[in-house]
Amino acid sequence: MSGALSGTEALWVLVLGSLLGLELIGKVPPTLHTPLMSGANAISGITLLAALVLIAEAPTPALRLVGATALGFALFNVVGGFLVTDRMLAMFKRKGSN
Amino acid sequence: MGELTLELGAVLLLALGLKGLAKIRTARAANGLAALALLLAVVGLLLQQGLDGWPWMLLGLGVGGGLGALLAFKVAMTAMPETVALFNGCGGLSSLLVAIGAAQLPTPLNLLGQVSVLASVLVGSITFSGSLVAMGKLQEWLGTPGWTQKPQRHAINNTLAVATLVCCGLVLKGMAVALIPLTVLSLLLGVGLTLPVGGADMPVVISLLNSYSGVAAAAAGFVVGSELLIVAGAMVGAAGLILTQVMCTAMNRSLTSVLFGGAMGAAPAGGADGAKEEGYKNVTSCSAEECALTLEAAERVVFVPGYGLAVAQAQHSLKELAKLLEQQGIAVSYAIHPVAGRMPGHMNVLLAEADVPYDQLIEMDTINPEFPRTDVVIVLGANDVVNPRAKSDPSSPLYGMPVLEVDQARSVFVVKRSLGSGYAGIRNDLFELPQTSMVFGDAKQVLQTLLQELRALGVGKVPAGAGAGR
Repeated sequence: MSGALSGTEALWVLVLGSLLGLELIGKVPPTLHTPLMSGANAISGITLLAALVLIAEAPTPALRLVGATALGFALFNVVGGFLVTDRMLAMFKRKGSN
Repeated sequence: MGELTLELGAVLLLALGLKGLAKIRTARAANGLAALALLLAVVGLLLQQGLDGWPWMLLGLGVGGGLGALLAFKVAMTAMPETVALFNGCGGLSSLLVAIGAAQLPTPLNLLGQVSVLASVLVGSITFSGSLVAMGKLQEWLGTPGWTQKPQRHAINNTLAVATLVCCGLVLKGMAVALIPLTVLSLLLGVGLTLPVGGADMPVVISLLNSYSGVAAAAAGFVVGSELLIVAGAMVGAAGLILTQVMCTAMNRSLTSVLFGGAMGAAPAGGADGAKEEGYKNVTSCSAEECALTLEAAERVVFVPGYGLAVAQAQHSLKELAKLLEQQGIAVSYAIHPVAGRMPGHMNVLLAEADVPYDQLIEMDTINPEFPRTDVVIVLGANDVVNPRAKSDPSSPLYGMPVLEVDQARSVFVVKRSLGSGYAGIRNDLFELPQTSMVFGDAKQVLQTLLQELRALGVGKVPAGAGAGR
């Protein structure tokens, strides 16, 4: 655990991050609702960072296995999520482009 | 300093990625940017902490990433909503596991760390079990059991919620074992909250759970002390809330009524069965041949595609039919309800798969004023989104939901297997209107017959071989 992070700093990061998230997505054409949800979902797999930290800090193989399992599920989310989103977005074409 | 640059770069790319995903032109590149951001984040972290434990990392990376890629390439576009639900559930499970693991580390956690572990376990569990239930419902492996519609379910869920809070208190008092009942109770709570929600509202639930998985990730960020994880989790959590709100608006449902109001149409006991076949009077049906004759004489045709079209894999036949009509000089467009398919925007994806140009897909607010000038509307596998009751009958569970006003068109053909009620289990008055004709059959077969009939009528063979050879 990187000791550099104080509680107040972390809370500031949380609040500012949330505000950024609220602002980033305003108007979305309905066409993109499903891909956007799928893309945001892939990003939420960023919890894989926590899994990597856990693996590095774990003193026992059992705990490392927990970390590796968590990493696996997170990566399933990330890789699958981004690829599926790309598959969907690749299909949007303008008239006459085919 | 290299790590810091990478982490800041990752945050910047994530923000640009999320923003770009909301525009059609930039969406695909933005998705790539977000993926790159995650890669940078991982490299930055590994530079910082070293490669200690790399065989375990490789194991998780290989198995998880491999299976994810495999599923992503194999899955059918029609199954997209349940796939997103599955991915989302796994993200929640990951946060749950990390929190439980972190609680076992020898370094004692401070109060903020402990609270974060609890939040991560609670939200991660609800996300995991809730997403799996949502997936089961969309796949139709799970129904909406009658007992989940009784008011007692609120008592059960409240009891579960109180019990989880008690467990949280015990953990903070130093009883680390209470994490186990906390996990079990949170998992049950996820099921208890999702199971009563009707199938038609499931997309809203998935979107909300998607937001939760962001919250769970941010909580995991507090646990391991990663600013990047907190920012990214918070961004996804907040963006997910906005998207959930947008979807609720499109369906004219409030979030509370989706979550606590029970399934639409399931409330009147046995209503779903009672409203079926015998409930309809004065329904006219016609053959595909008659439909073809009407189409040939039309000037403006609007297709209303629904999930039934996608299930029948009929998008390609529909595209072919539209092309034929266009060659005859008939104006063709597609009316897209915001929640057509099983998720907002799902129908756009399905039609894009069949190479339908997206500028022919017209949104509800734009096309509704056009219906009075439309000669023929063909409804393919859609039901609740064209139900006029949503405007006229205040007692209907659909009342107030914006619908496509196809009843304004000169003639309406509804292609459907039978008179069964829609996904939400509500009867449709459109079927009884004098200008409506039912064309019973599988969407793909009906479209194929229509194509044959129109070709036999000579439609599409306009002067100087403009059509034929394409």
